[in-house]
Amino acid sequence: MARDDAGALLEPLIPALRRYAYSLVRDHSAADDLVQDTLERALSRWFLRRTDGDLRAWLFTILRNLYISAYRRRRRHGTEVAIDDAAPIGTPARQEAALEAQDVLSALAYLPEEQKSLLLLIGVEDLSYADAARILDLPMGTVMSRLSRARQRLRSILETGRTTLLRRVK
Amino acid sequence: MTGNDAPAPALPIGEEELQAFVDDRLAGPRRAAVEAYLADHPEIAGRVALERRQRATLRGQLERKFAEPVPPRLRIANVQAARRARWSRRGRAAAAALVIFAIGAGSGWFASRLQPLQTATAPATTTVAQSAVAAYRTFVVEVAHPVEVGVAQEAHLLQWLSKRLGRKLAAPDLSAFGYRLMGGRLLPAGSAAAAQLMYEDASGKRLTVYVRAADGTETAFRFQQEGDAATFAWIDQGFGFAVTATAGRDELLPIAEAVYRGFGGVEGGVRKG
Repeated sequence: MARDDAGALLEPLIPALRRYAYSLVRDHSAADDLVQDTLERALSRWFLRRTDGDLRAWLFTILRNLYISAYRRRRRHGTEVAIDDAAPIGTPARQEAALEAQDVLSALAYLPEEQKSLLLLIGVEDLSYADAARILDLPMGTVMSRLSRARQRLRSILETGRTTLLRRVK
Repeated sequence: MTGNDAPAPALPIGEEELQAFVDDRLAGPRRAAVEAYLADHPEIAGRVALERRQRATLRGQLERKFAEPVPPRLRIANVQAARRARWSRRGRAAAAALVIFAIGAGSGWFASRLQPLQTATAPATTTVAQSAVAAYRTFVVEVAHPVEVGVAQEAHLLQWLSKRLGRKLAAPDLSAFGYRLMGGRLLPAGSAAAAQLMYEDASGKRLTVYVRAADGTETAFRFQQEGDAATFAWIDQGFGFAVTATAGRDELLPIAEAVYRGFGGVEGGVRKG
């Protein structure tokens, strides 16, 4: 009973989880690993979920927490940084090229995780501000001001990317 | 400033409202108010329009990802199956990992040694511990062929492993802890070889001792725990050792010590840090 229930409720939400995971890690198979872990965790706590709460918000919370702890673990062990994160630093040409094309997704990589998540959860996944606040464990007012700051930062990243390129071309 | 009923030329439009406008979450009068405000403030209007465009672009860039078919491994039925399989593996791996830990912790040199050596040899011990855990996970669940050479041919087993390893290998006696030797096997370790000795207690709980050549001559101790699996690994005179089991910390401690002693650690090399 509960099992089928879980499948029927979870499966429609998987595409959105994959999209969020991919936006965070920028690697297709690593993103699916993250989603798989999220689903496993959700299934293992299926009976603990709040039935009145939004299932989608709960899943995004799990996914984000897994992402953050995996990232911390990687840093602690000094393991490799994902190619996506590492490449632009050594290769400015690529960075400018990427940002030149109004590539908002790539620009996102230059934001801290919290700002990234705000832009994705609210701007792409259409979660309510209240759900976003719950997922990020922030007060509502803080969500609004940080969302504003995230968009400001994104604008300036995309602007700088462009000016740098123009200067070079001249 | 003045009272409440001062005509609201515009309820002040705050940043929150602008963000909600960017997200298309304003309706009716509030939306109209923001639009009117933006009409009067072209600079802000330009910024808001840009943010709306960037939001739309991001959504567009991710549309294809959303539309992709979900890979089979993420189907709930498959996730459930994978979960069950992992569980049974994990439970046993936990046991093995623990043993390793015990070896160093019991003795006085544990603390003094752990600190200075961690920075110097952590990578090597980590590699040894990880290989040991992987090997443990692979073979401890094995029912038909847990070992390659059984304890009936103990002398042959140890001679063979010693030869391939390039080090004299004796099987530590763990009978005081209820573990008896089952046998062992040879494993690949990079371009060299590794040896795994497997022990089992009366309840069927298994423990492994893993040995292979490793860089560095220092004796370093490293504890690693994954779930209820614990591993204790160290490097001694060119070899890496790891004891892995599912056991409580206190239970594992004396076992790991015994393994350490069994490999001649105490007599030969324990340098009081």
